[in-house]
Amino acid sequence: MAMTVREVSRPARSFMEQIFLWEVCVGLMVTFRHFFVNLARHALRALGLKVEPGAVTIQYPEDPAVLGKRARTRHRLLKRADGSPRCTSCLLCETICPAKCIHITPEESPDPRIEKRAKTFDIDIGLCIFCGYCVEACPVDAIHMDANKVELSSYTREDMIWTMPELMDDVPKLPRALRPAPGIGPTVPFVSGSH
Amino acid sequence: MSPLLTSVLWTLIKVAFALFAVGLNIAGLLGWVERKQSAVLQDRIGANRADILGFRILGLFHPIADAVKMLTKEDFVPTGVNRLFHTMAPCFSLGFAFLGLAAIPYGGVVHVAGKAWSLVPIESPVGLLFVLAMLGLGLHGVMMAGWASNSNYALLGGLRGAAQMISYEICMGAILAAPAFLYGTLDLETMVEKQGGFLWGMIPNWGCFTQPLAFILFLVAGTALSKRTPFDLPEGEAEIVGYHVEYSGMKFGMFLMTDFIETIVVSGLAVAIFLGGWQIPGMALDGLSGAVLMLASFITKLLAVLFVLMQIRWTLPRFRFDQLLSLGWKNILPLALANFLVTIWGIYLWR
Ligand code: SF4
Ligand code: SF4
Repeated sequence: MAMTVREVSRPARSFMEQIFLWEVCVGLMVTFRHFFVNLARHALRALGLKVEPGAVTIQYPEDPAVLGKRARTRHRLLKRADGSPRCTSCLLCETICPAKCIHITPEESPDPRIEKRAKTFDIDIGLCIFCGYCVEACPVDAIHMDANKVELSSYTREDMIWTMPELMDDVPKLPRALRPAPGIGPTVPFVSGSH
Repeated sequence: MSPLLTSVLWTLIKVAFALFAVGLNIAGLLGWVERKQSAVLQDRIGANRADILGFRILGLFHPIADAVKMLTKEDFVPTGVNRLFHTMAPCFSLGFAFLGLAAIPYGGVVHVAGKAWSLVPIESPVGLLFVLAMLGLGLHGVMMAGWASNSNYALLGGLRGAAQMISYEICMGAILAAPAFLYGTLDLETMVEKQGGFLWGMIPNWGCFTQPLAFILFLVAGTALSKRTPFDLPEGEAEIVGYHVEYSGMKFGMFLMTDFIETIVVSGLAVAIFLGGWQIPGMALDGLSGAVLMLASFITKLLAVLFVLMQIRWTLPRFRFDQLLSLGWKNILPLALANFLVTIWGIYLWR
């Protein structure tokens, strides 16, 4: 195919643009306007008036992080009316999890209408990629993800593992050193990918 | 005390005032102003985390934190540099910038205790030339740094710096020739004195009204001479990092400060030559209160000019190098010469 050459003409610059000075003034007017408007807003807010903030900055640790309403953050195991976990230990979430970070030990349920229940249910948040597949896979709507809980960091890898009571919010998530009683921590020694 | 000793002491006091009160203080403050002003005009908040006992005062501790950081950082000298010149370069830059600062007329002559006291730190009949010479000598620091660093990027930065500053020094000379002829002197203090009174009874007789074109050209050339954006090609952080790429610690800090001090010197010149210096329109300043008012007036104008220069620095993008040189040689220099000719002609006709 023959190559086509298209001439794109540059827009002609007017005299005012060429001497540059006027354009500089226009630019300065924009920045000066921003400067003084923002300064006034900062000052008025410091006086306690409810005006628009002078900056779009979110000062994160002081201001809460604002994520989208449908953001996927930490997991939560839902409960039945009697307080027992809804999970029936079907292992669908453990199977679908692409990061292989869900580890469930099933056991016999005392309730004859329910086949199984989870003895332990650990999620290694440090490995989770927050894809949300586990939530979609669950047939009994037992696992959800919160929308705005992003403060999940810890100092050790072990502390990134959330156990069943913690996932149900029965006990607060604390670093291992601060936990009140032994035996609440992770129940299965983790080797990632060892299914 | 003998008159000689008195005058020497008085000069030392004034120079110390210029260096420490004006130079170091305002330069330190400019670091803060730079951060905060840019933040406010860009809808941000700016550095505000440095605190002492939980007090933050709008981030005013950041310059102190900066200074502590610069002073305690390792002064790394790469192998292959010329150690002597590598060390001398920042001293040259900063030293000459400081000397320029010491010849700025912060005030006029006041009579206290039956004696005349001049408030200009270095009194000289050729003050203007002195300041320009100091600004020009500062260039040697840049070139020295570029050459001694033994790095291509630094050398490029030094070359750019040399070309830029020499071009704009010539422009500066051509621009300032017009007001110098208008006032009939090269003494900065006399220039300020000639700007007292009013034009047609209402406008203050300041240089920016009698020489508007020279004022605008001076601001442009002054920004270029102090190597700040939009003319920061010797640095050019985005492309070559510049003549101080091989510097660290306080030596780098000295280059940083040189930029600020040179900005202050250029603003001081602008105030002295074009904005009436320490003059307050319609007031005759003398005595102790006059001295205080003079200083206050001068510093206020200085800060205002610095504010505008800072705003320009955060508004305009950087020039390309050919644009910079053609702006200097093809636009500013002819305009300045034309302005000079018109001024001489006007003075001749008027006489
Ligand atoms: S969100 Fe994805 S990666 Fe995380 S536990 Fe659920 S399925 Fe696994
Ligand atoms: S998919 Fe639902 S019910 Fe099945 S194991 Fe996971 S959480 Fe429990």
